[in-house]
Amino acid sequence: MFELDKVFKAVYFWLEGLFTRWGIPQFWLDLLSMLLVFVVIIAFISVAVLFLVWWERKVAAHMQVRFGPMRTGWHGWRQTVIDAIKLIQKEDIVPLKVDRAVFVIAPIVVFVSALLVYVCIPFGRGLIVRDLNIGILYILAITTFTVVGLLMAGWGSNNKWSLLGGLRSAAQIVSYEVPLTLSVLGVVLLVGSLSMVEIVKSQAHFWDWYIVRQPIGFLVYLTAAIAEVNRTPFDIPEAEQELVAGYNTEYSGMKFAMFFFAEFTNLFTISAVATTLFLGGWHGPWLPSWIWFFIKTFGIILVIMWFKWTYPRVRVDQLMDFAWKFLLPLGFLNLMLTALFA
Amino acid sequence: MSDYPKNSLNLPFITTEKVGTEEFILNMGPQHPSTHGVCRLILKMDGEVIVDLVPIVGYLHRALEKIAENRTYLQFIPYTDRIDYVSAMLCNHGLCMAVEKLAEIEVPQRAEYIRVIMDELNRIASHLVWLGTFALDLGAITPFLYCFREREMILDLIEMTCGQRMTFNYMRVGGVSRDLPGEFIPKAREFVKYFKPRVDEYEAILTQNPIFLGRTKGVGILDQKTAIDYSVTGPNLRATGLKWYLRKEEPYSVYDKFEFDIPTGTKSDTWDRYMVRIQEMRQANRIVEQALESIPEGDIKAKTKAVFKPPKGEAYTRVESTRGEMGFYVVSEGDTMPYRLKLRTASFSNLAVLPEMVRGWKIADLVVIFASLDVIMPDVDR
Repeated sequence: MFELDKVFKAVYFWLEGLFTRWGIPQFWLDLLSMLLVFVVIIAFISVAVLFLVWWERKVAAHMQVRFGPMRTGWHGWRQTVIDAIKLIQKEDIVPLKVDRAVFVIAPIVVFVSALLVYVCIPFGRGLIVRDLNIGILYILAITTFTVVGLLMAGWGSNNKWSLLGGLRSAAQIVSYEVPLTLSVLGVVLLVGSLSMVEIVKSQAHFWDWYIVRQPIGFLVYLTAAIAEVNRTPFDIPEAEQELVAGYNTEYSGMKFAMFFFAEFTNLFTISAVATTLFLGGWHGPWLPSWIWFFIKTFGIILVIMWFKWTYPRVRVDQLMDFAWKFLLPLGFLNLMLTALFA
Repeated sequence: MSDYPKNSLNLPFITTEKVGTEEFILNMGPQHPSTHGVCRLILKMDGEVIVDLVPIVGYLHRALEKIAENRTYLQFIPYTDRIDYVSAMLCNHGLCMAVEKLAEIEVPQRAEYIRVIMDELNRIASHLVWLGTFALDLGAITPFLYCFREREMILDLIEMTCGQRMTFNYMRVGGVSRDLPGEFIPKAREFVKYFKPRVDEYEAILTQNPIFLGRTKGVGILDQKTAIDYSVTGPNLRATGLKWYLRKEEPYSVYDKFEFDIPTGTKSDTWDRYMVRIQEMRQANRIVEQALESIPEGDIKAKTKAVFKPPKGEAYTRVESTRGEMGFYVVSEGDTMPYRLKLRTASFSNLAVLPEMVRGWKIADLVVIFASLDVIMPDVDR
């Protein structure tokens, strides 16, 4: 009924008609449509991030018997918009003793790698930028790229606290990448394809969802993914009470905003991937496919926020122990069981 | 260099020099989110592991002992509020007791009861601040707001009595500055009843949480001998298993009239220090409950001369402050102002023992151990 892919197709066909009538080569049409899709994705992510920041504050506030932002608009909905404008207006400070090139490029690396993932996130039936046949592999590869940016930020800042933060995040993300991949492999083994669309299509009914057939895989994925995006209880790279602000200690203004933006984009990404892999993606009765996708994704985000506002933080060695001594064997076990019984 | 074979390929990016790690100096504070004020810690680190630590104190030194020599006894009471601003009532109490001992003033019973009620309410409030910031240093943000919700009620009660929420300036030599207002006792009774299940709530969110246990059990062990050598007092000493409680050992005011237990630890780790303070909140609540039941009618202040001049002599008294023993040593030359006033504050000794506890632990543990000692910087620097 309200399927959005029809809208995009209609726009594309209208443009195609226009271009053939005016005799413009196909190349320009492709370029224009790519640009349009890019704009739509960027706009969507920006709105989603602004919403998530506001939502996180509200969720936290209500868990802590308070209201959160209330003064700007209805229940403070404009608060993050105003905060974003403030951050953009701030002076762009580059401290004197930093490694300038690395310092400036670091937030861009983090930001871009956070955005690139959205090439193959299936938002709904037919709502995917490009259904790569190596979809999930591509996502895993791109998300890991974040660590390069964080390490650059930690090293380039020329600050011991930042360096400790950068090193911590490198160790953490590399460690948790392994169980994360193992948990994803279980699903891939069952589907027989790496394509995101194929993975969703194989979960048409509730009993086909991989959270039912791969419960261990789901838990391992969720835990490792939370560690991937540095959220409590695994937020040690930017543990405020220990490392001031970790790798982004020296960043302010727009550069800080880019880290912040990337963080929340990654939060959305891991939840979207979890929805796709384990919760049947866009499948669901009555409502349009993209609405189902968002309901599930925000459900997972809510759970992750719930963790954040309940748990204390683990220590860096406990974090490593947990990854290598617990999650990794569990991931292998899950993979073996899947291979044996599927 | 000899440990490594010389590379035969002679590639420019392979170094023949020994690759290794080295220790580095890390400056933590004075402006750091978890140094609880302006403490500066100089750390010698090996990666994340602490090799050595030197606390640098004095950023809040205000020469309070010298100021006391130029102020009358009454004028100095507001200064005591600022020694340990989180539990100012107990500092007030300490000074007043010392001066009363010097001038041999008998304090009316009602005033003593009011003092005990205020002390214990303030103790709960102070432990709540500690619990909140301790949880915050562990990365758990929610308990902080729960603690401040209850602290707010205590501050309302105290504000109702003396008009202040932080620096109370409530006690006077010979009693207290004003009587409890009429609505105080019913309100306080309500609070006492309300507060009991709240402690269980804090415990529910922390005590048995596996991450919390992992972060606190066995971390930062302070053995009893070291604790005594450094004259550590208060909950930190009791967590080592020593049953030393000034309110029992050397009962001042009217503490001998109430029933309460001395919570002690066994392993003397961070978890024990947490547990001792949690139990102390329950015991303080119990004392307030008993005091509210049995508070007598009568005067709230002994008669003192308009120009107060204690006789020549000296006196030393100590109170069980929230952080440990707080001592006031007053020397009088028979003047309106003390000739000399010496403060003994608990936080100074408690901070001094920190290097003994953190060697070999990680920086994340340092934050937790430091928080578990409950150090208040103006209390250290005076």
